[in-house]
Amino acid sequence: MRHLLSAGDLDRDQALLILDTAAEMAALSDRSVKKLPTLRGRTVVNLFFEDSTRTRISFELAAKRLSADVINFAAKGSSVSKGESLKDTALTLEAMGADAVVIRHWDSGAPYRLAHADWIGGSVVNAGDGTHEHPTQALLDAYTMRRHLRDGKGALEGVRVAIVGDILHSRVARSNVLLLQTLGAEVTLVAPPTLLPIGMETWPCEVSYDIDSVLPKVDAVMMLRVQQERMQAAYFPTAREYSRLYGLNGDRMRLLPEHAIVLHPGPMNRGMEISAEVADSDRAVMVEQVANGVSVRMAVLYLLLGGAKELSE
Amino acid sequence: MSAYVIRGVRPYGEEAVDIVINDGVITELAPVGTGKGEVIEADGLIALPGFVDLHTHLREPGREDAETIESGSQAAALGGYTCVHAMANTDPVADTAGVVEQVWRIGREVGLVDVRPVGAVTVNLDGKHLAEIGAMANSAAEVTVFSDDGKCVHDALLMRRSLEYVKAFGGVVAQHAQEPRLTENAQMNEGALSGKLGMVGWPAVAEEAIIARDVLLAEHVDSRLHACHVSTAGSVEVIRWAKSRGVNVTAEVTPHHLILTEDLVETYNPVYKVNPPLRTKKDVLALRAALADGTIDALATDHAPHPHEHKDCEWGAAAMGMLGLQTAFSVVMETMVEPGLLDWRGVADRMSVQPARIGGVESQGQPIAVGSVANIVVIDPKAKWTVVPEALASKSSNTPFAERTFPGTIVHTMYAGRPTVIGGVLA
Repeated sequence: MRHLLSAGDLDRDQALLILDTAAEMAALSDRSVKKLPTLRGRTVVNLFFEDSTRTRISFELAAKRLSADVINFAAKGSSVSKGESLKDTALTLEAMGADAVVIRHWDSGAPYRLAHADWIGGSVVNAGDGTHEHPTQALLDAYTMRRHLRDGKGALEGVRVAIVGDILHSRVARSNVLLLQTLGAEVTLVAPPTLLPIGMETWPCEVSYDIDSVLPKVDAVMMLRVQQERMQAAYFPTAREYSRLYGLNGDRMRLLPEHAIVLHPGPMNRGMEISAEVADSDRAVMVEQVANGVSVRMAVLYLLLGGAKELSE
Repeated sequence: MSAYVIRGVRPYGEEAVDIVINDGVITELAPVGTGKGEVIEADGLIALPGFVDLHTHLREPGREDAETIESGSQAAALGGYTCVHAMANTDPVADTAGVVEQVWRIGREVGLVDVRPVGAVTVNLDGKHLAEIGAMANSAAEVTVFSDDGKCVHDALLMRRSLEYVKAFGGVVAQHAQEPRLTENAQMNEGALSGKLGMVGWPAVAEEAIIARDVLLAEHVDSRLHACHVSTAGSVEVIRWAKSRGVNVTAEVTPHHLILTEDLVETYNPVYKVNPPLRTKKDVLALRAALADGTIDALATDHAPHPHEHKDCEWGAAAMGMLGLQTAFSVVMETMVEPGLLDWRGVADRMSVQPARIGGVESQGQPIAVGSVANIVVIDPKAKWTVVPEALASKSSNTPFAERTFPGTIVHTMYAGRPTVIGGVLA
């Protein structure tokens, strides 16, 4: 594995290797010195064309815990019309000797283009591209579900997951559907029809417009952020109606089985897709997702940058 | 002007003759070896009327870094064309008599093909005010085709008025059918693949709904409509229905929509980014069948050169469009001739006769017969060639067919009785 561009590129063994490696990395964070020397002298660039402080600092911390040199490159407005092109930025990073580029870009496919256009030689990690994918988010979600529902071991066979919200614009949903299927989980997407892509019948998952009928049957529910601006493009009439029909409030949470957990990739719109009561309840695992994100990203960087060899030696 | 004889050539793939040309006109179809004049060897090759393109972006004035009237004319001649229609979305827009006359005049000076300017329907393509259609029609360029191509004349009232107004000049409105609200920021065909790739979809209905509206408007005001770059099976059905009602509608299809499908977008390589977008296999097959049965009247390239930096970037930032002039015939050969959907007379009809008729160009699309203007392309259907983007005559290299090997080469092109291409190179 040279790049991580899509959760769909991972086969079951590769996905499990990342999750198992992440578990080892997590053990490290319980120690007083939380650092491994593995990537000493290697350079990881966080190339962020879109603001995402959470994802950026998660990757930054992951790389630093592996002793890599980290450069944060916030490239605002980069297209032919707006300034320096992705190509020129890439050539600059290549000249500086970047071993891995972690890229967040507003354009679906930009990481794929960066990895395949012959502009750079290093590894490319997709940290979220447009409305396409966000594979490390799916990995940290799977890691979190595995800890709670499968004792932190193996795959997710038979685990039933509902993903609720703006599926159409969600890179988190796309990556999760692909990875969860690889790991054997059963996914149901829940959204108003306006927020589901055309052609969903070909996706390896179920689709429902009715959250209340789905919740009693799942082991985990993942609430997606819904941007209130969406109502201006007629995706739904008002934020209040959306919240009434698809928001996870206390009453709905009580429809879930006893053991079920609530995930959210953040940042949350409290009062929109999730109520404060749910967000602050003990079923909510959002804070843990953040911690697991660092472990999973350490595992990804470690495996991509040749750490696997050392691991087997 | 000197006399030429195209020796041993088979018009429409039929019996071999010597085509004798004097003063720009075919004066004799003589037995092989008997024609008098400067000999152009064409033993066993096929002669068709010179191709006519209804849809060419020559980029001049404004984007001479992408293409000029000269470089585009060279590409056209090498592709077997003797006439191109230069689209209006230049900078400045071809929305006045001054701009269309400039384009027309430079085309004449270059002298490789007839350059027929297309006039904008609305001022600056803004879809708000009618351009001075009468001034363009009455100018030296004698414009008959009006189009806001690149943009749709989406306002129903303005479209109605345009269709009515061009009747006074024997004109036709060539519509770029794209409902703007349904295609905001659209990147590719809408379907399962756009959902998977996380790209904003360009749904087929956004094209079909406009064509359906426009054929009804054309019927209502009894005017002529031409549908540019038809790309979906549904549009074919709408046009077939309209023609069956007697609506005066014609349609064109591009070479790329006859051969390429949306799955190429999975490479995120912007060389495949085009408007309307590449569609599905089902659409491709419907378009081929429609071109074969005449529901779609003409092939049109939508030759759209773009400078390298507009394609050497991420998908979302890239420009839409592909080169087409030098590969159009080979695509038709591969998708229509070799599968038996069109014979050589059919190719002549769809690539020359119909586009000349739609564009109102009397000197073009004439049969290979005594008395016709000598606009002739000579083809080697047995030869194969491999597309090398940098070797194309265009100033740009955004062909989707790099490294692809095609059947059929353009050997000679005669424009108004003079050779513009001899042996596959500019004369």
